Amino acid sequence: MIFKYLILFLILLPIKAFALIEVDITRGNLSPLPVAVSPLSIDENSKESFSKILKKENIGLEISIIVENNLRQTGLFNPLDKDAFLQKPDIANLKPRFEDWNLIKAQALITGKVTFVDEKLRVEFRLWDVLAGKEITALAFTTVPSNWRRVGHIISDKVYERLTGEKGYFDTRIIYVSEEGPKTRRVKKLAIMDQDGFNNKFLTLGNELVLTPRFSPTNQMVTYLSYFRNLPRVYLLDIETGMQEVVGDFPGMTFAPRFSPDGKKIIMSFAKDGNSDIYTMDLENRIVERISNHPSIDTSPSYSPDGKYIAFNSDRSKYQQIYVMKSNGKNVKRISFGNGLYGTPVWSPRGDLIAFTKLHKGKFYIGVMRPDGTGERLLTENFYQEAPSWSPNGRVLIFYRETKTNSKGEGFSAKLWSIDLTGYNEKMVETETDASDPSWSSLLSN
Amino acid sequence: MNRNIFISFGLHTLLVIITAMSLPFLAKKPIDIPPIVSVELIQITDKTNIPFAPKAKKTIEKVKEKEKKLASEQAPPKMVKKEKPDAVPLPDEKIDKVKEIKDEKQNPEKIETEIKQVSEFEKKDLFDPNSIAALIDKSKVESAETDKKLDKITQDQDKSIDFGGLSLSEEDALKAQIFGCWSIPLGLPLSNDLLVRIKLQLKPDGTIEKMEMLDHIKMNTPGKEKFRTLADSVRRAVQLCNPLRVPTTGYERWKNMILNFNAREMLQG
Repeated sequence: MIFKYLILFLILLPIKAFALIEVDITRGNLSPLPVAVSPLSIDENSKESFSKILKKENIGLEISIIVENNLRQTGLFNPLDKDAFLQKPDIANLKPRFEDWNLIKAQALITGKVTFVDEKLRVEFRLWDVLAGKEITALAFTTVPSNWRRVGHIISDKVYERLTGEKGYFDTRIIYVSEEGPKTRRVKKLAIMDQDGFNNKFLTLGNELVLTPRFSPTNQMVTYLSYFRNLPRVYLLDIETGMQEVVGDFPGMTFAPRFSPDGKKIIMSFAKDGNSDIYTMDLENRIVERISNHPSIDTSPSYSPDGKYIAFNSDRSKYQQIYVMKSNGKNVKRISFGNGLYGTPVWSPRGDLIAFTKLHKGKFYIGVMRPDGTGERLLTENFYQEAPSWSPNGRVLIFYRETKTNSKGEGFSAKLWSIDLTGYNEKMVETETDASDPSWSSLLSN
Repeated sequence: MNRNIFISFGLHTLLVIITAMSLPFLAKKPIDIPPIVSVELIQITDKTNIPFAPKAKKTIEKVKEKEKKLASEQAPPKMVKKEKPDAVPLPDEKIDKVKEIKDEKQNPEKIETEIKQVSEFEKKDLFDPNSIAALIDKSKVESAETDKKLDKITQDQDKSIDFGGLSLSEEDALKAQIFGCWSIPLGLPLSNDLLVRIKLQLKPDGTIEKMEMLDHIKMNTPGKEKFRTLADSVRRAVQLCNPLRVPTTGYERWKNMILNFNAREMLQG
């Protein structure tokens, strides 16, 4: 009995116990992350050697500028002014004085070292977490000196990946149609450049009209449409050897080509007698397969990253809309239902979105929607813009935009633009000439 | 006659050859694109993350100690013995009481009571540049403390004294502070790995004494690099917000706290 009372007493005894407080944080800020990109340190001998070979006074500084520009371009990082840095590059690379970097509000720090070893360029870089005061990534690269720009891009990719959680898109190229001359007599050539506009090279001479170049998944081949002897045909070009060939022997016009995700097939439109359907051609055995069969105009096919589905546009419902079907042509489903005309669907490399061009009330929009047609978002609007192409990480789109001509027919221009999925970070991509029909390669350093 | 024909033929042939050689489509060079070289990637973190060598560490510590010593030698103000010829000597007990009160005071507002009225003679006697410098330093420290305390939640706002959790206003103030510090990695794909839990042990002024990532094993698991990126961003946010904006009272309630960082809402857009 006494025992029972004792237990009751103990239960009722007012013990002051504190439960562990839990606070849910579900929001954060979207302001760019402050990053300090210290110039890569370089010894005098290496500086002299690189100066002779590359005609660059301080290659360490040049590489750091590439990294800085790449990170700034994303809109996710805010590279800090180099004049505010308190620590010298060589010392910062050994052991950064985090108090100094904290003082200028840097949250991440990039340091590095460049050396000239056996006629090669060796670059070390380190990414530091300033607040934690520790190194979070450190890598070294060795390559031929002429590849110094690529080293800058690869460093940018590694930093981007470590800080954002997704792969970068800096060590990539863009193939596009270079345009010169008046609007009525445009000379169009295939051109290729780094994603930041450097190392521009022309792949064709401009004798024939070229359109819609697309990279193969390995980045070695390009498929495009060329009007050779005024007959529009799909061609293949090996960008290393310069060899060209016609894809298939079709009696009519072939256009809108694109590679399958495994690079073994080309999917394209074939038009004959006013009807256009989607076909594939196996590049190994050259077997042609008809995928869609409808009296309407089916064009602009694009594979899903797993190769199981194809998105395309068709006017089978009277107006041009986007459809998705299985890769064998079955289960055709319309996915766009908004006002206006939808075209040029391009499946994201991540598979989660389809980019498109929309024409509504005389204006062109670049937008994205989920593969089931939900979640349509228009990212940018202009007088004339089209042909979106995804960055390899599926976060940025590149497209081209044309300007209006005045009453005299002057002032026409076509330029490449990029926009990220937020729709806020819209930037013009610098090109030597006017440009259209861009296509983004996959990462070169995969 | 024949000679002229030969000369004409020769010149024409030369002309054809020159023309053919200079035509761009015939002299087409292979496209000069820099080869895609494979780059050597070496993880050198382990090699380079070595702490200072023991000798160097000792030297650095010595230098730091010296610096500390120098600082401590210069910092305290010169002690001036107050000589007040006219002042009435107080009993020892009373002096002790006054001292005790001074030691106990925590509220900066009480500083006003310390200000004494001193005669012109006393002022002259008390004049010492070092003590003025010390006073300036002291006032800086005090103003900083006042600022810090203003940053905190006041007792009026604290409606939940001795209750289990934080009040809504306390929680909101803390959340608002952390929202500003957390830069969410926007590239993360939507997945189930978007929750990072961090346990904090706090000092009464909100300074973080100890920080423990509750899923730290996951951080170092291969294939969980995206979670590691998120966890890193959380750690940076907490460090950036240090000291946290905590209530002025009820230290026992919140000295240990778990923050659940969930990026799902932000990444869904």
